[in-house]
Amino acid sequence: MAVRILDKIKTSQDRFEIRLSGSGGQGMIFGSVVLCEAIGKEGAKNVVQSQSYGPEARGGASKADVVISSEEIYYPKAMKLDLLLAMTQEALDKYYKDLKENGILVVDTSLVTEMPTKDYYGLPFTQMAREEAGHVMVANVVALGAICALTGIVKKEDLIEAVLLRAPRGTEDRNRKALEIGYNEALKLKK
Amino acid sequence: MTTVVKQKSDVMLNYLRPKMKFPSVWCPGCGNGIVMGAFIRAINKLGYDRNNMAVVSGIGCTSRMPAYMDFSSLHTTHGRALPYATGVKFARPDMKVAVITGDGDALAIGGNHFIHACRRNIDITAVLINNYIYGMTGGQGSPTTPSGAFSTTTPYGNVEKHFDACNLAIGAGATFVGRATVYHYPQLEKMIMQAMEHKGFSLVEVVSNCHTYFGRLNRRGDASAMLKEFKENAVNITKAKTMTPEELENKYVIGTLYVNDDKTEFCDEYHKLMDVAQKRKK
Amino acid sequence: MAKNKRKLLQGNGACVQGAIYAGLRFFAGYPITPSTEIAENCARFLPQVGGRFIQMEDELGSMAAIIGASVTGMKSMTATSGPGYSLMQENIGYAYMTEIPCVVVNVQRGGPSTGLPTKVSQSDTMQARWGTHGDYNAIAVAPSTVADTFTETIRAFNLAERFRTPVTILLDEVIAHMRAIVPIPEEGEYEIVNRVKPTKPPEEYIPYEITENFVSPMPGYGEGYRYHITGLTHNTLGFSTNEPEEIVVKLDKLKNKIDKFQDEIMKLRVNNMDDAEVAFVSYGSVSRAALQAVSLARSVGVKVGTIQLYTIWPFPYDKLREICSRCQKVIVAELNMGQIIHEVRRALPEDIEVLPLQRYDGEILTPTQLLEKLEEVL
Repeated sequence: MAVRILDKIKTSQDRFEIRLSGSGGQGMIFGSVVLCEAIGKEGAKNVVQSQSYGPEARGGASKADVVISSEEIYYPKAMKLDLLLAMTQEALDKYYKDLKENGILVVDTSLVTEMPTKDYYGLPFTQMAREEAGHVMVANVVALGAICALTGIVKKEDLIEAVLLRAPRGTEDRNRKALEIGYNEALKLKK
Repeated sequence: MTTVVKQKSDVMLNYLRPKMKFPSVWCPGCGNGIVMGAFIRAINKLGYDRNNMAVVSGIGCTSRMPAYMDFSSLHTTHGRALPYATGVKFARPDMKVAVITGDGDALAIGGNHFIHACRRNIDITAVLINNYIYGMTGGQGSPTTPSGAFSTTTPYGNVEKHFDACNLAIGAGATFVGRATVYHYPQLEKMIMQAMEHKGFSLVEVVSNCHTYFGRLNRRGDASAMLKEFKENAVNITKAKTMTPEELENKYVIGTLYVNDDKTEFCDEYHKLMDVAQKRKK
Repeated sequence: MAKNKRKLLQGNGACVQGAIYAGLRFFAGYPITPSTEIAENCARFLPQVGGRFIQMEDELGSMAAIIGASVTGMKSMTATSGPGYSLMQENIGYAYMTEIPCVVVNVQRGGPSTGLPTKVSQSDTMQARWGTHGDYNAIAVAPSTVADTFTETIRAFNLAERFRTPVTILLDEVIAHMRAIVPIPEEGEYEIVNRVKPTKPPEEYIPYEITENFVSPMPGYGEGYRYHITGLTHNTLGFSTNEPEEIVVKLDKLKNKIDKFQDEIMKLRVNNMDDAEVAFVSYGSVSRAALQAVSLARSVGVKVGTIQLYTIWPFPYDKLREICSRCQKVIVAELNMGQIIHEVRRALPEDIEVLPLQRYDGEILTPTQLLEKLEEVL
């Protein structure tokens, strides 16, 4: 007699799973590390970060996952995403299937054109980084600002502090600005 | 324990572990005994604190030597004496560290460790006793077995070329390189003293006799015949410089072949690095 | 006690911080994925605390160098992955024979041979027990999270010092590369064990004296005790021997010092086992999938529990039998084609069904896969 367990289980335990995805060089790993540090700072939440390694991380789709819970995190890898950030079309196509029903999809509309759903938050992160923050390199930080505004999972001040701690010297202003514009623009989108 | 033993006859007894380890595993007449005598007398003359000295070896007849001598002795795995010694020296740079090794141990299975110890210029003295053959396992060819020479694994004569350990060490970055033979005893003793006193990686290659295998298989006669051959065919480096390559064929070029006192030593450099790291931490 | 510092660390980084906390002051290694960050962290942090880092020419040399350093009294470690662990076996054997404490980290990846450099595996479990030739007893521990890696590394050092033996830390690629915020303990929060030094004067010192717990006091080189260390089978004086009686004394010493004090080494995490009818047995990163699966299954009333092995070797035969006594089925989940399952079978009576759940495609077992297996066996 086969016992059905999987059908009965509600997976929404106290657990929030974020995937930052794009292509190698877009700073997805940096973003995930910063996010971890900002969220874990207070000690109230547990966070675990993991990333794709090896040939997979060279060009092509690159991903970094962050799992957040106020309880002990058992399984450290993402099971069903609560939030997916897709900075490229390839990443979106590859990882959209891992997003939970009613999960939050955030896309960089400067690079992603074909959406699998109407239910998403879109901002041109790369364009915003280049034109408003001063450098395309900080597109990931613009996106972090947006995630912060959309989820409230992390305090903006903590996120800024964590970004500045790890950002190369001399890029502080650029990073601060990137985070602010991402945050402010996303707030306007928030439903 | 910095007492220098003055009475000549007492020196060996003082530094050996006579109750525990003798008779030795070496064949009567083996050159290893001469080298051990030179090593002990050199250390005695240098007046080193015996408690602050380690002698490390790998595997082979030669590598049994540390067991007989009353130092902190580390008899390790085949070919690995130098990395073991690197661990000892790097952990305790104040200790004097010597490696006793053979041609198979240092140049075949331990060849990679040998060149890298030279390259690092870590302050270790390697005494490489070269008897041109594997003695402990019964007379097989080694990386120094001359072309054409016989061994149990070169029954038709060696078709391979051989290593020149000294040239190899100089090329790899050692900063004191010398060669002696077991016949030229006073030079050997003095060379070990110089090598031990040299700051950096030093190599003393000792041409030695394995009459049991190399001598017998190559019709070189007994121990005394082989020593006589070393005497006849040894050429001092000063004289060798005036000779043609043809004239130097089958000769043993002996003496201090290379010294470089300018190159920095590994442990010293690391200590500077530690200062930098600790300042940066603050 | 002051509130603990918290720090974002990678598994490999936590290993280094835990090691330094435990007293690591000498690291020798050779780069290999996925363990390289351990060497990199040591290169950076060890000189800051007066420790030493050296990149050796290969893994043979790395293992040799850490033994050489340990002989002087310094706590030492190396880290590698499968191919390097194979190369280290020669000198790991030397450390077993000569009873020199040291820690070897093996961040497991897929094999055999060069295998899968960036992919996770647990296929060196048996190698950690039987990797080098000859008869000996081995200790191996397996962390499962970043925080665990910190504390299990401390434990590995303590065991190495307490038992005068090399200890293997079996990490895997998932844990090694994962990052998490982990508490950094204050000094004194965890007990640190140091090797026992001789109390007898040098002239009465017997290097391999048979003591009550079979572990002989060990002075460092340069501390006034001039003694001989050899990888040849040796008598209590440390000199090589061919005497049958002395050989037996030596090999029994290696066996007994661990066998008779297993309780000090054993560590398991037992979860939801009180009324469990089915149990998952696992170790390393797979244990986290097992805990997740059990927590989910319990939420719908399934009587299932997990046993996580922190100590892999010596294997906890008796403890496992005791804990599983009420189970009908035990599922052994591991990232290999079946290694620890054989030990579980040996441990349990025949009326308990021992079932495999194995994955060896370079990916970690997921909670869903464990739940599917559970559905299948219930």
